[in-house]
Amino acid sequence: MKQPAFLLPRLGRRSFLLGSLGVTAAAAVGCSGSVDYTKVVTVGSDQSDDAPRKAFAEMMAGFTAHETKVNTVDHETFKEGITNYLQGRPDDVFTWFAGYRARYFAEKELVSDISDVWANVEGMPESMKNASSTTDGRQIFMPMTYYPWAVFYRPSLFAERGYSEPKTFDEWMALNQQMASDGLIPMAFAAKDGWEPMGTFDMLNLRINGYDYHISLLAGNEAWDGDQVKKVFEVWAQMLPYAQEAALGRTWQEAAQSLLQKQSGTFLLGMFLQQQFAASEEAKDDLDFFIFPEIDPAIGADVVEAPIDGFMMAADPRNLQGSRDLMLYLSTPEAADIIVAADPSRIAASSLADQSNYSALQKKAVKVIEEAKNISQFLDRDSRPDFASTVIGPALQAFIRDPGNIDSILDTVEKQKHFLFTS
Amino acid sequence: MTSQTTTASRQQTSAMDKATPVLMGLIPTLVVVGLIWIPALFTVILSFTSWDGVGALSGIEFIGGRNYVEATTVYPTFWPAIGHNVLWLVGLFVVFTPLGMFLAVLLDKEIRGSRFYQTSFYLPVVLSAALIGFIWQLMYSRDQGLLNMLFGTQIDWYGDPNINIWAAIVATGWRHTGYVMLLYLAGLKGIDPALREAAQMDGANQFKTYVRIIFPVMRPINIIVMTITFIEGLRAFDLPWVINRGRNGLELISTLVTSNVAGEASRIGFGSALATLMLILSSIFIIFQLRVVMKGEDR
Repeated sequence: MKQPAFLLPRLGRRSFLLGSLGVTAAAAVGCSGSVDYTKVVTVGSDQSDDAPRKAFAEMMAGFTAHETKVNTVDHETFKEGITNYLQGRPDDVFTWFAGYRARYFAEKELVSDISDVWANVEGMPESMKNASSTTDGRQIFMPMTYYPWAVFYRPSLFAERGYSEPKTFDEWMALNQQMASDGLIPMAFAAKDGWEPMGTFDMLNLRINGYDYHISLLAGNEAWDGDQVKKVFEVWAQMLPYAQEAALGRTWQEAAQSLLQKQSGTFLLGMFLQQQFAASEEAKDDLDFFIFPEIDPAIGADVVEAPIDGFMMAADPRNLQGSRDLMLYLSTPEAADIIVAADPSRIAASSLADQSNYSALQKKAVKVIEEAKNISQFLDRDSRPDFASTVIGPALQAFIRDPGNIDSILDTVEKQKHFLFTS
Repeated sequence: MTSQTTTASRQQTSAMDKATPVLMGLIPTLVVVGLIWIPALFTVILSFTSWDGVGALSGIEFIGGRNYVEATTVYPTFWPAIGHNVLWLVGLFVVFTPLGMFLAVLLDKEIRGSRFYQTSFYLPVVLSAALIGFIWQLMYSRDQGLLNMLFGTQIDWYGDPNINIWAAIVATGWRHTGYVMLLYLAGLKGIDPALREAAQMDGANQFKTYVRIIFPVMRPINIIVMTITFIEGLRAFDLPWVINRGRNGLELISTLVTSNVAGEASRIGFGSALATLMLILSSIFIIFQLRVVMKGEDR
């Protein structure tokens, strides 16, 4: 579009307008004409930060059977635009998340059934296959990496002060009390974007009411104003005095910094917390975690929240065979190894992946997840996206703002749930 | 020139003359109807439906006024958002527009360095909302912000739901003030100096000169400034969205519409109902404003 401006002095207004129309049309035709989409496999990626983007390109270079073209979109923009993206002309294969969030698009027939690809997949654990399947057992998702949510701390701080990992909720509260009297913030806390506190809610609900209830609640089948959910917030209200103040204005990165600087003692977050530690020479390996302690012995502590990231295939890929081949490649340990090597806050989904280079933190994550009886995804991956983002997120923030108001908050959540799930 | 050629040329131009206004009227009308009225109408229609934005239009289900009932009785952030919208408009109108006008009057006095002040006040106007949000983050940040450092406080300006709307209005007012100042200054420069001299001859002081002479003469500019204030107030969206996506004390109807319709949520019907309510609210203000303007016209 620079050319018309250059020609401007010699052209009349009308011919200029016509000319620029022509150039625009030519550019549009040129764009779509230059790539033969039946030969190339296009990939939509949300890995927009520098380091993951580089690793993604390296991983894609390992796929040599077909030519590929990666279109990278900013992470948040990609997530928010997903509905329009899939209904337009999506890339053949795109990055996405397991759970309800994947099944939703399968139900709407916006993605392909890849059961035939899964028939050739090797080394994927059964739990991964289940997380990648629809309710009627068809596979629609290809997992690549995942990471646990847990309570992170700096072992050097624990050693300095003589703290030990709590096994039960009472021990944890005693530890919090101890940290508070030692002048530490017992629990770093962030809730600015609305999704961070979902992790706390998930863990409390999983420990108090169990996995089956949790999944049923998020599917809209249980009452949000019932006693079970109220119990969750009662326990949470006991924890809030130990949590970092003014969480509603804080991002998780800022909260992670307080853990890094030993201002706070623990932080319940996903393992991506490690990214904040990776940059620090002094604290790089000084990070460990314990799983959320048991609250009710009858329920136990055998559920781990571990969101899975991976890929889906568009409903109507322009290069079907190429897309299938690519999906199979994405399931291989070789592909996952490259991504995990670049971002050691994740672990590979494939059980054949090379774990010899894993850090102590990664090895512990593998062990914890292997021992888990059930794996949950995350509130916004286990429930309807509209319910999670427009109802639960704001409700959790309202609770953090004014914990005493929980009854009326849950009352409106239940009413909104009823409206959303029935209309 | 003979009379024949005159008629011929008159006929020629009159054919052109007829076609031109028709085209000039028709094309903008089509554009306005096609790009504004039809989408607005669709929004109103969609507000009576339940639709997740996926698949054919046949998937749309009409549910009557349930979206409106839901929005006004159950949706917890609706009324706070209406309050914030009104606050935004009133804040600009009562504080920042008069402030901009006042600065313009001061700068019109040709004080030393007035160019420098003009540039300083105008600078924020050319910045994007993203940049303004960031600049004020440096002022407002709880742990590292300038304000808390100066006053030794621990106030979470953007995070505390009781005060962040005020913090956001100040940040947006910072830009708005410069905008109004520049418009007003341009108007003041255009006033005939003879008017001032005459007023001074008659013994009016500066304040009186401004109130009695300058302000009434500036009427066209006043209307423009008022209109711009209304537009800025009603379209408030970008700054709260940049700060925290319009959550936690910064809800505006526009941010609620966006998070319901544009995000992964795709509550098209519900979001449309919110948008329609915003349309009604805006219309009330616009009618009010037009009446004020037209009333002045009659006088």
